[in-house]
Amino acid sequence: MFEDFFNVVKKRFNDGNDEEVKETVKCPRCQSSIMLSRYEELHRVCPNCNYHGRLSAQERIQITFDKESFREFDSKMQSLNPLSFPDYDSKQAELRESTGLNDAIVTGTALIKGSPAVVGIMDSRYMMGSMGSVVGEKITRAFEYATENNLPVIMFTASGGARMQEGIVSLMQMAKTSGAVKLHSDNGGLYITVMTDPTTGGVTASFASLGDIIIAEPKVLIGFAGRRVIEGTIKQRLPDDFQLAEFMHEKGFVDMIVERKKMRSVLSHLLKLHGYCPETKEV
Amino acid sequence: MEEKKSAWERLQLVHTKGRPTIRDYIPLVFTDFYEMHGDRLYGDDKAIIGGIARLNNQPVTIIAEVKGRDINENKTCNFAMPHPEGYRKALRLAKQAEKFHRPIICFIDTPGAYCGVSAEERGQGEAIAKNIAEFMTLRTPIISIVLGEGGSGGALALGVCDELAMLENAQYSVLSPRGFATILWKDASREQEASEIMMITAEDMVRLGVAETIIEEPLGGAHNDLDKISENIKEYLSHKIPEKCKKDIDELLKARYTKFRKIGEFTE
Repeated sequence: MFEDFFNVVKKRFNDGNDEEVKETVKCPRCQSSIMLSRYEELHRVCPNCNYHGRLSAQERIQITFDKESFREFDSKMQSLNPLSFPDYDSKQAELRESTGLNDAIVTGTALIKGSPAVVGIMDSRYMMGSMGSVVGEKITRAFEYATENNLPVIMFTASGGARMQEGIVSLMQMAKTSGAVKLHSDNGGLYITVMTDPTTGGVTASFASLGDIIIAEPKVLIGFAGRRVIEGTIKQRLPDDFQLAEFMHEKGFVDMIVERKKMRSVLSHLLKLHGYCPETKEV
Repeated sequence: MEEKKSAWERLQLVHTKGRPTIRDYIPLVFTDFYEMHGDRLYGDDKAIIGGIARLNNQPVTIIAEVKGRDINENKTCNFAMPHPEGYRKALRLAKQAEKFHRPIICFIDTPGAYCGVSAEERGQGEAIAKNIAEFMTLRTPIISIVLGEGGSGGALALGVCDELAMLENAQYSVLSPRGFATILWKDASREQEASEIMMITAEDMVRLGVAETIIEEPLGGAHNDLDKISENIKEYLSHKIPEKCKKDIDELLKARYTKFRKIGEFTE
């Protein structure tokens, strides 16, 4: 579940200039080396195999929504430690410091080419995007807000699954979020899931799989059980494309695979096709 | 009164050979059980059985995860680890129950949903998610009982209910203590330590608002007196089902949503 963390490798090129340090990243799908600057220019898409790498919530907001249209909900919400799990509090304090996040999801409202939506963006840098009390509560509130205000919801999922450190409380977030999705759906609301790398475990087995429309980015990992767990069960190596977006698309669990550069335009069209029209002129 | 067992001792009890399974309970708690098969989409998963029966005189729908009592039964029921078609069968029978105004009784007893290639190909995640969401708004009372192991999403797929009861020694957890120790400490041998920290006992579930009732087991555990534990389960259901059936269905659904809505510990 956790093996695919996109690793930035610092390499010192031996080109006669010892001072020059060029950073490269290694694509976890095709293993090719990419200059970090080039990779960032491409919004973290591998130029060789088209794997769509992990973005921070902030980067996702910048490339997806209308400029300065994002209004955040519940930005101060922080998790308690229901199991009094050792080091959970200190680990979170460190992550808050290093990521600037309070937990693994940012929620709020935003405009996409003028059309309003309630949005949630998961960030895998924060404890592998795992779902505990805060992720569960923020998603639930986002759907409840959308239901009350007749707004569509777009969720960008990225998660290793349940937040182990919160035990059964984290498992119950699956029921809580799915319940809120169901009420939003029964009220006629549109829900679009955008599965990004990775979407697995308890998140796949709850709100992520409940979208009216399920979009995935190319080559991202999507599944329920971790690859190593399955390999352990069946005692053989799985094919490389197992549980990639394309595999799930082939099996009928993903409606469309959309490249990052086209995401904004596809989402905007889908919102408009469901009657959610621009409130204001696009900025 | 027996002294309360530790989470670890109970975990051993739940895995004791001879611990009763749903197949032992059905003839002692219900009458006229007719088993129904298949999800009408792919196949019939033997890890989940379901059907119609009477509780006292009232028709009810039973949906249950099945543990084997020996290796042959376990091979047939895949050690109570359902595939997607098992969850989809459960949902089909639940919808049928809603249509015919029968209350639903779910029995949870699983290490978890099956982790395999076939399960992934047929959408394990989607099947569980769908059950969780649909059970939340089924317009008929739902009672769930954890018989032994309540493992992860595979348990929750039958665990969205108006009330959850735990057999005294049953456990409910986000994953097995062994898996927990492996993931968090990279050391499966710290399983016992994990079981004690994870809060997986019946009392923990009541305290955290996950369960409402604990069904007492006979001295030493359910396997020591099948008649007695069956009687306790029947008594609980005979009291609880009519109580839930009397309630206004919209009130019941509101309470079901709120039961899960309020679980979570955070500050803002």
